[in-house]
Amino acid sequence: MSLIHRSSSLLKPLAAGPASLLRRPFSSATDDDATKITVETSVPFTGHRIDPPPRTIDTTPKELMTFFVDMARMRRMEIAADSLYKSKLIRGFCHLYDGQEAVAVGMEAAITRKDCIITAYRDHCIFLGRGGTLLEAFAELMGRKAGCSKGKGGSMHFYKKNGGFYGGHGIVGAQVPLGCGLAFAQKYSKEDHVTFALYGDGAANQGQLFEALNMAALWDLPAILVCENNHYGMGTAEWRAAKSPAYYKRGDYVPGLKVDGMDVFAVKQACKFAKEHVLKNGPIILEMDTYRYHGHSMSDPGSTYRTRDEISGVRQERDPIERIRKLILSHDIATEKELKDIEKEVRKEVDEAISQAKESPMPEPSELFTNVYVKDHGVE
Amino acid sequence: MWGIIRQKVGTGGISAPSMERIRPAVSAWRCYSSSGKEMTVRDALNSALDEEMSADPKVYVMGEEVGEYQGAYKITKGLLDKYGPERVVDTPITEAGFAGIGVGSAYYGLRPVIEFMTFNFSMQAIDHIINSAAKSNYMSAGQINVPIVFRGPNGAAAGVGAQHSQCFAAWYASCPGLKVLAPYSSEDARGLLKAAIRDPDPVVFLENELLYGESFPVSAEVLDSSFCLPIGKAKIEREGKDVTITAFSKMVGYALKVINLRSIRPLDRATINASVRKTNRLVTVEEGFAQHGVGAEICTSVIEDSFGYLDAPVERISGADVPTPYAANLERMAFPQIEDIVRAAQRACFRSVPMAAAA
Repeated sequence: MSLIHRSSSLLKPLAAGPASLLRRPFSSATDDDATKITVETSVPFTGHRIDPPPRTIDTTPKELMTFFVDMARMRRMEIAADSLYKSKLIRGFCHLYDGQEAVAVGMEAAITRKDCIITAYRDHCIFLGRGGTLLEAFAELMGRKAGCSKGKGGSMHFYKKNGGFYGGHGIVGAQVPLGCGLAFAQKYSKEDHVTFALYGDGAANQGQLFEALNMAALWDLPAILVCENNHYGMGTAEWRAAKSPAYYKRGDYVPGLKVDGMDVFAVKQACKFAKEHVLKNGPIILEMDTYRYHGHSMSDPGSTYRTRDEISGVRQERDPIERIRKLILSHDIATEKELKDIEKEVRKEVDEAISQAKESPMPEPSELFTNVYVKDHGVE
Repeated sequence: MWGIIRQKVGTGGISAPSMERIRPAVSAWRCYSSSGKEMTVRDALNSALDEEMSADPKVYVMGEEVGEYQGAYKITKGLLDKYGPERVVDTPITEAGFAGIGVGSAYYGLRPVIEFMTFNFSMQAIDHIINSAAKSNYMSAGQINVPIVFRGPNGAAAGVGAQHSQCFAAWYASCPGLKVLAPYSSEDARGLLKAAIRDPDPVVFLENELLYGESFPVSAEVLDSSFCLPIGKAKIEREGKDVTITAFSKMVGYALKVINLRSIRPLDRATINASVRKTNRLVTVEEGFAQHGVGAEICTSVIEDSFGYLDAPVERISGADVPTPYAANLERMAFPQIEDIVRAAQRACFRSVPMAAAA
């Protein structure tokens, strides 16, 4: 599929190759992997019942560029989905993730595809991170055959099992016990893999979360509960919903870490740390301090319960893509124009995927009755 | 009761010899010859679990008291010793949590058997049964199937009160994506539980506490570890020519000539309709509430498929439309008794008693 080529063509300039988008200041490919850049997270980690990992992290130019491209792609996808929803090509619910890209990208950088991720309904970017394509995403949003769920799931039900992504869940909080179940199965199968179960600050108060966390702790399951705290559960600010909005402490006997979720390196560091921890010690909670620019969903303007100043303030001070752009520029890894060209390329990528998705037909009427059971034949 | 029935028989209709055989519960069925071996439903379930766990290392059991306590109703007796605590998992009293964990493990490819101490407690976990399990294969267009079994006692016990006596067959059977089974005999219990565990879809397996201790003859075939019953096929326990009676679980023992549904979803409409086309009369029997119940579905199904064959309106026998009372006399009135079924069959056959008077 051409989309897979695209991401490597954006990265290709870092290796010797024709028609590079980026003119590298370095002379050989190996330099990009060998050159070590040390960065510091924006703020130190705060630990609950655990010594936090260090805030200095090593990275490479290649990794920085990958982060930039991946987050730019996610950002572009969500903005495009906004337009598609307004043109009524996407129906029903559409929960956008723009602003939170660092969590998806940082997490992915710390783990493998054999580790599992499960999340709620704000799932488009996690899907992309797990290896899903833009075409599969847009086609699913528009209810077409080429969608990752063949058009039968919709925005909230993206899956990519062969990439370790178990959905895409519409019932707030349900994904947390399910994620602990994935971890249970990984332990049962004696694998050295872990599960990241993502949930929001709204879901953090769900009883089933504590039920599952209790069992995960009792049985030492390799489960990492990740609270994507974007500070608003739909229209309700965290302080109105939680007596204690210190979500990383809510596990009580379970250790926790508070992480700047807008800093992709902090996220990567925390996830790497968490994976090592849970394989030996049972569950941990990561609270990602993050922010969504859009409202809860496309039906929510997102400005009745928060000020526009707050939103633009976060965009200015903490935007995850801007942070990486600044790092790239300050380390002379690429020029402003090169980065802008990458963004243009990404935009083209997204536009192409959308037109391909628009070409994809709706599912056959006979698909109404398929997949109810594994073997549908013979069942009423 | 016997005297009354004999007098009524004299007025014609249901043949005398068959009326003599109406007896409470199970003993009516021990008249057929067998290999001589009998097995309780409890042992049937236990042996089925044991065999399936032995055959497939992905099968595991999870629930309250299933391990060290040997099972609240001893269904999982001996399994902890045999398979260890990794495969026989005692949980805290947290149905939503462990049902969700079970479903999540099934997403990954394990084959959990989740026990609810009774299905009344399944309501705490029903979101996972319906939204996380039943719908996943469809929502993911086949990427995520859920080979899970939710099992436990369903329906009335004796004297356990309103919150512990409800029948959930209609609730679960209304949901596409689930399979819902209700065994009656030991053969049913073994064959259907094995089928449920081997099935790649989520199965709700409705047992009955009062049947656990009942013994039934079992043939060598039933005892074989490969024995399995098909899901979606009813069993005609006793062929009748006057009226078709459908029942499931404990109620099968109450009815005379009966179709033992075995499978509530999928419902064996073919067998039910074929029988009604022969007898022209139908009585449905269930413990659960009448409104939106299993009987209501069967009645409509027969009207849709075999309306022209009906010589009388379908009679629906169900639990009384009340939360289950505790007092023994009231509790007895709250659930179908044999005389209710007889009365309904008579009404269907010659309408001697107006329907409005029916309990």
